[in-house]
Amino acid sequence: MRKKISQLFRKNRITFLVKKEFLQIKRDKRLLPTIIILPIMQLLLFGYVVSTDVKHLATAICDFDRSAASRQILSSFSNSEYFDFKYYVKSQREIKDLIDEGKARIGIVIPPNFSKKVALGETAHLQIIVDGSDSSSANLALTYASKIIRAESGKVSQELLSKMVVQKPIPNLSPQLRIWYNPNLKSVNFMVPGLMATILMQITLIQIAIAIVKEKELGTLEQLIVTPIKRVEFILGKAIPYALIGFCDVVLIILVGLFWFKVIFQGSLILLLFLSLIFVFANIAVGIFISTISKTQQQAMSTAVFITMPSIMISGFIFPVENMPKVIQYLVYLIPLKYFLIIVRGIFLKGIGLKTLWPQVTPLLILALVMLTLSTRRFQKKLSD
Amino acid sequence: MEYAIETENLTKSFGVITAVDRLNLKIKKGEIFGLFGPDGAGKTTAIRLLTTILKPTSGTAKIAGYHLIEDAKEIRKRIGYMSQRFNLYGDLTVDENLLFFADLFGVKGKKRDNRIKELLSFSNLTQFRKRRAEHLSGGMKQKLALSCTLLHEPEIIFLDEPTTGVDPISRRELWKIISDLHLKKVTLFITTPYLDEAERCNKVAFMDKGKIILIEKTKKIKERVKGDFIEIVASPPKKVLKVIKEINDVIQGEIFVDRIQAWVKNVQKAIPLISKRLKQEGFEIRAIHSIQPSMENVFIQIMRELPKKDERENICHN
Repeated sequence: MRKKISQLFRKNRITFLVKKEFLQIKRDKRLLPTIIILPIMQLLLFGYVVSTDVKHLATAICDFDRSAASRQILSSFSNSEYFDFKYYVKSQREIKDLIDEGKARIGIVIPPNFSKKVALGETAHLQIIVDGSDSSSANLALTYASKIIRAESGKVSQELLSKMVVQKPIPNLSPQLRIWYNPNLKSVNFMVPGLMATILMQITLIQIAIAIVKEKELGTLEQLIVTPIKRVEFILGKAIPYALIGFCDVVLIILVGLFWFKVIFQGSLILLLFLSLIFVFANIAVGIFISTISKTQQQAMSTAVFITMPSIMISGFIFPVENMPKVIQYLVYLIPLKYFLIIVRGIFLKGIGLKTLWPQVTPLLILALVMLTLSTRRFQKKLSD
Repeated sequence: MEYAIETENLTKSFGVITAVDRLNLKIKKGEIFGLFGPDGAGKTTAIRLLTTILKPTSGTAKIAGYHLIEDAKEIRKRIGYMSQRFNLYGDLTVDENLLFFADLFGVKGKKRDNRIKELLSFSNLTQFRKRRAEHLSGGMKQKLALSCTLLHEPEIIFLDEPTTGVDPISRRELWKIISDLHLKKVTLFITTPYLDEAERCNKVAFMDKGKIILIEKTKKIKERVKGDFIEIVASPPKKVLKVIKEINDVIQGEIFVDRIQAWVKNVQKAIPLISKRLKQEGFEIRAIHSIQPSMENVFIQIMRELPKKDERENICHN
């Protein structure tokens, strides 16, 4: 009974701290815009600017053949939304110039004997010239181009064969591609959940580090130590407000994602929020750690950026982890963001639940617990040193 | 006799530097204890050890009857601490600061409201209740900080240089508050660089380079003084001092603004001697009389008797 009362009492002390923190947040003229405007800005920026889709590539055409066959293959290029025919030229040299000037990204050259060779059933060549300076879109453009050519050549051989063998169906292997979860391969669908994870990380991790160091810098932390507050209560009193703000940002991002970018959201919101909580705890742990090695708010800020930036880069937010050097891949195992990115994208795009996500949830939970224990201990030790 | 503060070889080192070196103190309940010393002497570290902010490297202490490390929580309920810097929330109002600390100390309900009202009126802050702490003047900030440490009616109050950087009026007000607390049998532990404030303490200690080099009851400390002090008003003071110092009976002389204070072996012999000599040299003496030694005089004297001459010089100039 006595214990219960004292527990209730302690809970009250945390609420006093939380109340005070919110009062300060309300008065901080810079913090509020950071918490609300920053996530939306990032979302809009990344949603529009960072698009890994390759569409409407400026294309230069050099058709030496000028036949029905060449027109047919060109029209299947222009019918796809990937290639915009902007220039019709008379020599390969002109294509080179256009690509050098950056006016065209891809050039298609059809040699003079193209239709003849097709009619004779010989292998007909056509040349695709791609500006490789942007390697990832060059790759994608080539993939699209060869897909179109393969389809065309399939049609041609079908026609030829059906002329030779009368009225008999010709066996043919063709893949039926179906892309699940993000059928249009829209990068926004991939970006928005990822952004939710990175923004949540930035808000909670940076803000908590700064909020603790601020008390240290102003000396109020010292004043709090002399009160009957426990260190854990102090940390919770700091963590709860920023975790709540982080949650508001999660909801904000989901809303903007759903209604502005029309992102698919398949899974359970409650599960997402619950797993976000674990992720928030991991970030708070890092934030506390940063606060133990920083003396001023400025130091805390730069240390936080120094930690968050690389983790965003290597955790699979934009670039797939599988393509990274082995050393980095091992390092990534220690970054909570890696697991949370998979979780968020899984819930958003695939609607999967805990059953499928446990290989991500378990390491995330363990990481969060270990980091929280270590950093709280370090915090306690550093305080009285 | 139970002591409010009792330390035993309390030591704190930061790496190779020993900030507090084997501190042994016994402070009775209800005493005003003053810890003096130059900047960097270790006064703040000492206070931070006693208030459980820092963990000692070695040694122990009992504060309000509780063990410094094992019962830190009990100690925190019974002490108040005001640091040298303003340690409250500048972005919260006077009221909000008071309420927050009252909440943390578990001062609730009607008792809380009464206590806040009381503290506001005795610190003259009632009309500034709604003002943010950062917009208060230095003296008002100090009084607010003191009020916040008094909310839970602590048994022992630690004040780290409460009067440093505070205007003379606020300084007097602060000392008024301190004597009021003394009347209420609260134990006070005060550090200050101003020697003249020693007179208001029951017991004083002088600290230098982490060590207590002198600890004495204020009454007794004046008894330690050998010889007498006289004050001479004559100009120009610098030249007068030079002449006086040549006299055999004068142990030490110092200029205080427009007058000279001299420490002499015997006042009866010294006054005629000095008067005669100054007249001989052609100085006009406007006044010469014996004075009660001030704490400053006393400290200067005691310091000079302690070993290591070069260090003394640093301590004693004010």
